[in-house]
Amino acid sequence: MQRYSGFGLVKHALRHHEDWQRQWRNPTPKPRYDVIIVGGGGHGLATAYYLAKEHGITNVAVVEKGWLGGGNTARNTTIVRSNYLWDESAALYEHAMKHWEGLSQELNYNVMFSQRGVLNLGHTLQDMRDIQRRVNANRLNGIDGEVLDAEGVQSLVPIMDCSKRARYPVMGASWQPRAGVARHDAVAWGYARAADALGVDLLQNTEVTGFKIRDGQIQGVHTNRGDIEAKTVGCVTAGNSSVLARMAGFNLPLESHPLQALVSEPLKPVLDTVVMSNHVHGYISQSDKGDLVIGAGIDGYNGYGQRGSYPTVEHTLQAIVEMFPIFSRVRMNRQWGGIVDTCPDACPILSKTKVKGLYFNCGWGTGGFKATPGSGHVFAASLAKGEMHPIAAPFSIDRFHSGALIDEHGAAGVAH
Amino acid sequence: MFHIYCPYCEELREEEEFHPKGEAHIARPEEPEACSDEEWGDYLFFRDNPRGIHHEMWLHAVGCRKFFNITRNTVSYEILETYKMGEQPTVGAEHLAREEKTASVQAAEGGQQTVGASDAALASVKGAQA
Repeated sequence: MQRYSGFGLVKHALRHHEDWQRQWRNPTPKPRYDVIIVGGGGHGLATAYYLAKEHGITNVAVVEKGWLGGGNTARNTTIVRSNYLWDESAALYEHAMKHWEGLSQELNYNVMFSQRGVLNLGHTLQDMRDIQRRVNANRLNGIDGEVLDAEGVQSLVPIMDCSKRARYPVMGASWQPRAGVARHDAVAWGYARAADALGVDLLQNTEVTGFKIRDGQIQGVHTNRGDIEAKTVGCVTAGNSSVLARMAGFNLPLESHPLQALVSEPLKPVLDTVVMSNHVHGYISQSDKGDLVIGAGIDGYNGYGQRGSYPTVEHTLQAIVEMFPIFSRVRMNRQWGGIVDTCPDACPILSKTKVKGLYFNCGWGTGGFKATPGSGHVFAASLAKGEMHPIAAPFSIDRFHSGALIDEHGAAGVAH
Repeated sequence: MFHIYCPYCEELREEEEFHPKGEAHIARPEEPEACSDEEWGDYLFFRDNPRGIHHEMWLHAVGCRKFFNITRNTVSYEILETYKMGEQPTVGAEHLAREEKTASVQAAEGGQQTVGASDAALASVKGAQA
C-alpha cells in the first residue's frame, strides 16, 4: 500500500499527480473464503479490516451489490457522538468514539474527524430532566457531558434564536465536547484501502441472491457472479437486512424506513458545532465545504425507495428556520434518502442467528454512522471467535424474546 | 406525496391527513397468557418488512379517524388498493410463513417479490373493495 503523507503529496504534485496508485484492487471472486461479509458499507468494510488486522483472518471477501460505501454510508449526516443513556449502548458507542479518535492515523487516511461538539437541545421541562439524567449517566460511564442553560447554548451558538420569543424556546442542552462530525465517504474508503492492503477481496457489483445452508450450517452464498463458499458469513446490509434474512428463512424485528437529509448551497463559516433538537425535530451542522447539512426524520411507512417525502422535509425545515432565523433564505442544493432498518427498541442487532455460522449486524436505524469503527471492531471479534464480543452480547436478537430490551427511544437524545 | 383513497370517506385525500400504523393482518394471540416467550416476542416485534408488495394499516387521522388497510409496493411506493378493516386484500404479499410451506429453506433463492402488480389492482384504488 502506498502510504499517504504531506511529503508524498508534494512529490506527486511535482509529477502532475499522474502516478497515484489505485486505492484497492478489483479482484475476481475466489471459490472459497474463510469469512464472507455481505455489504460493503462502512460497517462491513470496518468488520473486514479488523478481521484481517486484529485476528489475522485475511482470506475474507466483502460482497457488495453496488459500489463501496454507496448506501447509508454515503447518505448520513456524519454526526459522531456517544452520549447514550443505557450502559450497554454507552459502552458500544463509546468504544466507537475511542476508535474515531485515532482513526485517521490508524488507517493512514484522513477521515476528517472533527471534534466540534454536539448540542442536544431541550425545549421543555421534561426535556431538561431527561438531559440531566442522561448526562449524569454518561459521566458515570466515563463519557464527557455537560448540562447547559439557555445562556450557555447562546454563547456557543450566537446565531441561534434562544430567546423566549421562539415557538418552542430553548431551555438548555446537553453538550458533548468530544462529539463531532467525520467525512463519511472517507471512512468507507479508508477502511476499504486498509482492508485491501491486508489481503481482503472487495467484490463490487456482486449481489447475494441466496444462502447455501446445509443441516443448519451456513455453507456460502449464491451471487450473480457464481457461488462463493464460506463457513462464516456476516450480513451487514442495513435497510436490506430483512430481505437477506428472508433468504435464510427467518424474520427480523426490523422495519425499513426512508430517512432523508439535505444540504444547502455553500456558505461562509457560520456554525462551528452540531445542533440537534429532538423536540422540534431537526439537526444541523456545517461541513468544511460550507454547506449546511440537515437531517430530517424518518417517513412513518415502510419503504425501500431511496427518497423521502415532502411533508417530512418541510416539517424539518420549519424547525431549522425556527431555531435559526438567519437561515430562512438559504437555498437548498440537494436532498436524498437512505433506507434505515429501525428496531423496536432503537438499538442495533449484533447477533448469531438460528443458522450456524450466519451472523447479522443490523438494526442501527437512524444512527449507525457514528458507530462504524466500534461496530466493525466488536463484530469482527465475534466472527473470529464464534462467540459474541462482550460489548456486542447484549445486542443479541434473543432480547426480543427474553424481554431484555435496551430502550434508547428518546433516551439518547436521538432524533426519531 | 401520496394520494390515498379512504375506503370509509370514499375520497382521495392527501398523505398528510393519514398516519401509517405498521403491518396489517397481525392477529393478537387469543390467549396471550398461553403464549411461549417465542410466540409473544414474534407477535410483538417480528415483521415481514418485504421489499415489494406489503399490506399495512393506516389511520385517517384528521379525516374520519378510522383505521383501514393499504396494499402498497415498498419500492415504487405505488398504492395498489385500499380496503376496510376486516376485509382481505385482492393483491397478495408473500409472507414468510407461506413461503416456508412451499420452498425449502436450503433452496431459498432470494426474497424477491414477484407478485404481479396488476392494472386490476390499481383500479381497485378507485374503490372496488370499498
